[in-house]
Amino acid sequence: METTHKHPPYLMIWLYLAVLTAAELALAFELPISRNLKLLLLLFLAVWKALLVAMFFMHLKFERWNLRILAIIPVPLALIFIAAGMSEHIW
Amino acid sequence: MTHAMANAMRPPFPAERGVDVYNKKLGMWVFLASEVMFFAALIGSYVILRFGAPGEWARPGIVLNIKITAFNTFLLICSSVSMVKAYAAISDGDPRKMRFWLLMTIIGGATFVGIQVYEYFHLVEHGFTPAGVREGSELAELVKDGTLPAATMGLYGSTFFTMTGFHGFHVTCGVLSMAYLYFVKALPGKITPQDYAGIEVVGLYWHFVDLVWIILFTIVYLI
Repeated sequence: METTHKHPPYLMIWLYLAVLTAAELALAFELPISRNLKLLLLLFLAVWKALLVAMFFMHLKFERWNLRILAIIPVPLALIFIAAGMSEHIW
Repeated sequence: MTHAMANAMRPPFPAERGVDVYNKKLGMWVFLASEVMFFAALIGSYVILRFGAPGEWARPGIVLNIKITAFNTFLLICSSVSMVKAYAAISDGDPRKMRFWLLMTIIGGATFVGIQVYEYFHLVEHGFTPAGVREGSELAELVKDGTLPAATMGLYGSTFFTMTGFHGFHVTCGVLSMAYLYFVKALPGKITPQDYAGIEVVGLYWHFVDLVWIILFTIVYLI
């Protein structure tokens, strides 16, 4: 039996991702702003794009919290791991 | 009766309620959690080496071909959309459309790998190798005249090829998995609207590979 589910607007997400990628390129090579601001904005755009993929393409937005937690837990662990490695440069 | 014996005689605990997902999907999520740590190790090493590098870091805009990689990034995003369209098609009960989108995803992924191989050949030809800049090459001239920093080119070369190489390996595994799904499962009609776990599980892996590339592209090529 054929059933039609309601799906997220995948093509709209694709458009967002394409526009954000173009914005990243413009920011990296065209905009005359300070290096630190550029770095922050580029990281912000990358995280934004990654969240769009995780939430809509990997359907985390629609999953139960117990599965979301499984996906989220490694992220702070990875950040702690990187921060620990960076510690001698920061302090 | 001793305490140990009392424990041994106790009936087993009732099974706890799981996370309400089927085993293959749960297994893929656990695998992806381990993959996050794998790529965190690679990206973390890169960040630590870059911040601790003696002097200026190599300039990606001069060393790498950003335009072709930007196109490759766009291609990978498109293939992620086509994969999720394949999932949507089969969950809506349309195997024909699912096969079409799955094939598009395979073509997109294979093209990504092809372009990456071309990029590697191009970079090595211009003198950018995993060991740094090759003597007598075009890039070696830029190092000599001070356009590129001599001290960090070796570090940049080894980290660049390690990170993008491992990612390329993951993309290749994804393409092979999807090709298996297409030829062995989808074409003979074994993926049905009642059972499309393969599409969802391999799709999760494919989107993760796309997600990692989004981060790598920014960190390695743009910053």
